[in-house]
Amino acid sequence: MDTGDAAWVLTSAALVLFMTPGLALFYGGMDRTRNVLNMLMMNFWCLLIVPVVWAIGGFSLAQVPFENDFIGNFDAAFLRGFGILGEDGGFGLAGIIFLGMFAVITPALISGAVADRMKFSAWAIFVPLWLMLVFVPVFKWIYGGWLGQRGSLDFAGGTAIHVNAGIAALAAVLVLGKRKGWPSEGHPPHSMPLVMIGTGILWFGWFGFNAGSALAANGTAVQAFMNTFLAAAAAGLAWALVERVRDGHITNLGAASGIVAGLVAITPGAGFVAGMAPIWIGLAAGVICSFAVGLKTKAGYDDALDVVGVHFVGGLVGSLAIGLFSQPDFFGNGVMAGVFHDGGWKLLGEQALANGATIVYSFIVTGLIMLALKATIGVRVSEETESSGLDLAEHAETAYSTGSASLTGH
Amino acid sequence: MKLITAVIKPFKLDEVKEALKSAGVNGMTVTEVQGFGRQSGHTEVYRGAEYTVDFVPKIKVEILADDGAAAGIADALAGAARTEKIGDGKIWITDVGSVQRIRTGERDTDAI
Repeated sequence: MDTGDAAWVLTSAALVLFMTPGLALFYGGMDRTRNVLNMLMMNFWCLLIVPVVWAIGGFSLAQVPFENDFIGNFDAAFLRGFGILGEDGGFGLAGIIFLGMFAVITPALISGAVADRMKFSAWAIFVPLWLMLVFVPVFKWIYGGWLGQRGSLDFAGGTAIHVNAGIAALAAVLVLGKRKGWPSEGHPPHSMPLVMIGTGILWFGWFGFNAGSALAANGTAVQAFMNTFLAAAAAGLAWALVERVRDGHITNLGAASGIVAGLVAITPGAGFVAGMAPIWIGLAAGVICSFAVGLKTKAGYDDALDVVGVHFVGGLVGSLAIGLFSQPDFFGNGVMAGVFHDGGWKLLGEQALANGATIVYSFIVTGLIMLALKATIGVRVSEETESSGLDLAEHAETAYSTGSASLTGH
Repeated sequence: MKLITAVIKPFKLDEVKEALKSAGVNGMTVTEVQGFGRQSGHTEVYRGAEYTVDFVPKIKVEILADDGAAAGIADALAGAARTEKIGDGKIWITDVGSVQRIRTGERDTDAI
């Protein structure tokens, strides 16, 4: 890695870090006034615990050695061998930093599904368990492991991150159960302005997520940047237009949801597609996800803020789309071509296998983690806390205070 | 003495205030309130799911007045708040036992 590459990767890493607070606001605005701080803290908790777990052993098991099929080893545990005195003069740390940001946001994605009723202590333990038992192995399979070796592609984490977290969200809410009164009792967003600023931060940060995943300041990074720009716009446009036709208005939440769905969908193919492909992928993701968010009421699972409808479905659409649009002549890194570029069906089959394996493994192991937590410390807050709000009961804080308070202890 | 209470559309507040000043009123209290009448609530749509919001935001205006002035003030208020569309609100007048100006201790009619 040269100095220019290091500069871009470090810049991208900081952009990706900013996505977790952005996600917190995106989700927090959609949540209710009495639960918004709990939502923010579920996200910030990932920023507190994941970097530590990642440095201790997460990175090593997820990536060292690169060619291991299923799981790494402990050679790089405690960052052993990395640092300014190492052979690479410290540049190797850049990759650990960059991937660590992805490790932070992946469990955070799940928080939107379990909103309004998950015990914070259960979430606090769920995050590191899920990181080590689900994120780390799936990450290994896709990047260097058996799925990657077979030729499946995932540029910046469509399968490893969005499909993985999205299906985990479904497993988590099936164990956790529905919120009291759902779906007849309405839970509209308490602050659309928070949702919109969160969306802006996510889009901004996603340029680091996707273009930074080139791990170099090169043409692939530029192409990934352009693809990220176009897919988000096209998906936001598609979702907004679907709402205009179907529901009568163009809404802020529809535009924001479309933007995020487009960002999710272009993530796996950001460095493998070019030209107008990001627009087609974005349009498809915007339309499909705008209908997918309605599945939960029909199927009866309470995915509070649509992690399944946006991240799982969007990730799957984008990952399968690589099988159609992959263009190795542009990127020349020995990847397979998609159906539309004379590659035949082989790549699409590998994409389906990679996502299928991720879905089965993540769903089962996430379900087992949740069941284990349910059987031990419990996963749900009391009915009283659920009604009165998690902010005060779980965190002793109030988001929007109207009264005065006296200091009664310090 | 009378207490005139009105619930009006929020965007009409400035016109109501000017009309009351012209009618000789020199004090009013305003509160943001929510409620429903014949207008009922409204619907909002989030990600294709329709929510019915039962309570509509309104402004409550309260004015203390002499017995003889109350009816005229209420008419002035109604004239300024009227859009002739559903949801314009209501005005009601109630008897008040006593009034006191806190600063001076003046009572009843002197305190208005």
